[in-house]
Amino acid sequence: MKRRVFNIAAAAVAAVFAAAPVIAKGKYDPGADDKEIKIGNIMPYSGPASSYGTIGKTAAAYFKMINEKGGINGRKINFISLDDGYSPPKTVEQARKLVEQEEVLLLFHTLGTPTNSAIHKYMNQKKVPQLFVATGATKWGDPKGHPWTMGWQPNYQAEGIIYAQHILETMPNAKIGILFQNDDYGKDYVHGFEEGLGAKAKTMIIKKVSYETTDPTVDSQMVELKASGADVFFNVTIPKFAAQAIKKAAEIGWKPVHYLNSVSASVGSTLKPAGLDASKDIISVQYNKDPTDPAWANDPGFLEYKAFLAKYYPEGNIIDALNVTGYNAAMTMVQVLKQAGDNLTRANVMKEAANLNMPGLPMLLPGIDIKTGPNDFFPVEKEQLIKFDGEKFVRFGKVYGR
Amino acid sequence: MNNLNRKWLILGSLLVLAALLIAPFLLKNFRVFQITLVIIYAIAILGLNILTGFNGQFSLGHGAFYAIGAYTAAILMDKFGVPYWATFPVAAAVCLGFGWLIGFPALRLAGHYLALATFALALAIPQLLKYKLIEGWTGGVQGIVLPKPDAPFDLAIFGQRLNSDRWLYFVALIVAIIMFWLAYNLLRGRVGRALIAIRDHPIAASAMGINLTYFKSVTFGVSAAFTGVAGALGAVVVAFVAPDSFTVFLSISFLVGLVVGGLASIPAAIFGGIFIQYVPNIADELSKSAPWAIYGIFLLTFMYVMPTGVMGLIRKIWEKAAHRHVDSDAAAQP
Amino acid sequence: MEGFIHQVVSGLATGSIYAAVGLALVMIYQSTHHLNFAQGEMAMFSTFIAWALLEKGWPYWAAFFVTIAASFILGFVVQRLFLRPVEKAPVLTNVIVFIGLLVIFNSVAGWIFDYTIKPFQSPFPKDAWFSTRFFSAHEVGSMSVTFCVLLALYVFFRFTPVGLAMRAAAQNPDSARLVGIRVSMMLAVGWGLAAAIGSVAGMMIAPVVFLDPHMMSGILLYGFAAALLGGIDNPWGAVIGGLIVGVLENLLGAYVIGTELKLSVALVMIVGVLTLKPSGLFGKVVVTRV
Repeated sequence: MKRRVFNIAAAAVAAVFAAAPVIAKGKYDPGADDKEIKIGNIMPYSGPASSYGTIGKTAAAYFKMINEKGGINGRKINFISLDDGYSPPKTVEQARKLVEQEEVLLLFHTLGTPTNSAIHKYMNQKKVPQLFVATGATKWGDPKGHPWTMGWQPNYQAEGIIYAQHILETMPNAKIGILFQNDDYGKDYVHGFEEGLGAKAKTMIIKKVSYETTDPTVDSQMVELKASGADVFFNVTIPKFAAQAIKKAAEIGWKPVHYLNSVSASVGSTLKPAGLDASKDIISVQYNKDPTDPAWANDPGFLEYKAFLAKYYPEGNIIDALNVTGYNAAMTMVQVLKQAGDNLTRANVMKEAANLNMPGLPMLLPGIDIKTGPNDFFPVEKEQLIKFDGEKFVRFGKVYGR
Repeated sequence: MNNLNRKWLILGSLLVLAALLIAPFLLKNFRVFQITLVIIYAIAILGLNILTGFNGQFSLGHGAFYAIGAYTAAILMDKFGVPYWATFPVAAAVCLGFGWLIGFPALRLAGHYLALATFALALAIPQLLKYKLIEGWTGGVQGIVLPKPDAPFDLAIFGQRLNSDRWLYFVALIVAIIMFWLAYNLLRGRVGRALIAIRDHPIAASAMGINLTYFKSVTFGVSAAFTGVAGALGAVVVAFVAPDSFTVFLSISFLVGLVVGGLASIPAAIFGGIFIQYVPNIADELSKSAPWAIYGIFLLTFMYVMPTGVMGLIRKIWEKAAHRHVDSDAAAQP
Repeated sequence: MEGFIHQVVSGLATGSIYAAVGLALVMIYQSTHHLNFAQGEMAMFSTFIAWALLEKGWPYWAAFFVTIAASFILGFVVQRLFLRPVEKAPVLTNVIVFIGLLVIFNSVAGWIFDYTIKPFQSPFPKDAWFSTRFFSAHEVGSMSVTFCVLLALYVFFRFTPVGLAMRAAAQNPDSARLVGIRVSMMLAVGWGLAAAIGSVAGMMIAPVVFLDPHMMSGILLYGFAAALLGGIDNPWGAVIGGLIVGVLENLLGAYVIGTELKLSVALVMIVGVLTLKPSGLFGKVVVTRV
């Protein structure tokens, strides 16, 4: 009897050993194996939006650093980034190339609203994760309709609502003038802002003027806003035009309460060129640490970032806030892959992306965390109100967001 | 000798035809998608060639007609449920009308002034498309997402199915063949000669009785219609339209494709389409820091090596070869 | 009323920017009978050169004049290297070469100097004696500089032998050669001068709009509109055209059609004017004899 049990046990053990070499180290979908993880990315390296290409380069540098430190769970990251010139038909072509030819595991941090909209349906049909999309449009957090797409940064509408709430709390009789970029980014902010003001939007907003990125200056719009008599200014512009607006407002002697959108709330990229004096008392929200803000000069997170840039992306400009976005998003991506462990199927990557609970990042403001869930596809939602004191941004008020 | 040439020509054409029919089943889906885009751009450039190559009217704004065609197709499909293939003739008609209308002020302008006017049109279109009053129709800055049509019947060659991409390739191919055939017939006879006469010697042409007003404005319309059909095809194949898809750079790309392919030549459009589809990809692979610079270097190189375009170069080589043939024939005779 | 005056004033200020670019285009047209699409990007590149010198600590006017000289050389060299091979080629071939140069300059500037905006010094101090209630010191200063360049151009073309030779070389190269003018050299000098004017335009524009590789992309179109509206062969026309475009755009945006359509409407109006006066407002009407 004992001998039979022993025989069976021995056979079982032998079977397990014989089967062992057949069992791979993990579960994989195309784009991942024992040695590497292929990540695809599409950025405008050419064309009118080429200033955003630096985000892709920062992310590439970050993944290079991770590889040099041994990779993720022993696997190296193969980061393939392609140019689409901010043209949606080209984005479609590059996305298909990455998914069908390069066979990447997922697309990471693709940039732009129209460009991502063009591939939104495709990515969900093909069931390939479209993770941490680099735009603040609100529509990326839709787990029911598009379970394979997820944004990263706080969305523009939510930010608009924050400003609206602050105005309602502090200046309920304000007369508001808005300058916005005439595209999805600008209109999204305005939409959120108006929603935040609710019924009072129609009476409080007395002037709304737009500009195109092909406009040389926004001087005419600023003159119009001053002439309207507004005492609150909601400034939805990218750094170049934000700086122009701030400068012109000072020149024509217009001193409204100035709310600047977070895209341009950078000391080095916007306020310094515009003039630090002219920028005093500007209110914004932020979630990233501003690398040009003297408040962080000795902060360990900033110093780590500075060293990273110097070693892995020396051509990258330390004052460029865009590089911080790429850095933070790449860190989040690495966390998701770490959590996925050896189960590198696309479904599992998506599951882990919807399972983030990070208390913060070295280059995120204190108090800003990254949380996702099966019904919460907005990783970074918290934003901190900040005000510029002539030298640096000072945090005030509360941290908004879930 | 003639008979042999004819036989080679027919054999060659049959081979090309066979290749065109079988190729999509041998290639990956996304490559088929790329080739479909080449075909679409070729139709658009053919339209521009009719106007600028054959008739000498500069247009820096053909992206506008491409956009109008694309949005016509998109709105018809999205708001009215029109099947995709029915949008093509409508897009052609709409652009014919627009182009003809624009042809009128264009009559008074020449050379650089016409270039500016058409450039202005190309710049104005994205702004107009974003305008809030027509946002309900155009989808505003967000654009319109379209469904991708499937093949109406099932088929498998070499084990590969006739999926959506392959089906759209054939649709584009059929449309292209029709458009190229139309252009060939249009430009072959008296009309073609009239257009070229207007381009080279407008005063002599009108002295000969050619109605400049009629011809120039209708040519504008026809040229716009061609590019409009390409736009509609593009909307269906990419399954998305947005104002950002139709910037000034699209118009510039068409002009580049026109010149690189060769002016006043129908087959040139194909080379133009190949250039503007693939060279940006090559530039991207060569440099991430300055891909546009690589693209520019390609442009310069092509212009130095073949100032009259690919077709110009081919013609030169052909003539040289024929010349040598004639010479050797002449030398062979006592 | 004050708002209206401000709009007009701001339009004149922006218009003088367009005028400056328009002058460079007139220069290139007068000497080559081509419109150089790369003019804006070359001007931007020159401005970056000036910025680099200023960053190294050079005094403003030294950097200013050295940049002008360097831009002249740059334009000259570009013509010799890149335009000479296609001198005899059809017009559109030249246009593609211009486009190639445009994208190369833009991309290389972005690569060398990156895309963050850079403040550029204005040589005119904020509280100079000539700043008025409506015009800032820089606006007055840059309009004066534009005017000086305009005068210099006018005098050059009208009254100097070199200017005359240049116009001859552009209008009738064969006859010009017969008279002993070195046509090819004239073209190169023309390019050099246009690049120099462009660099001045860039250095006047940058303090207002901030320096970055895309600084001139939008302005170039307006420069074209200005030059063509005024008549492509007339430097005065370019300046007046620029001012008209600037004011028209502002007034349309503020009072007529709103900012969301002002670009389209402004362009439509310009095209409308051109259909009425096809050679521009002040251009020479060329009548061809049969």
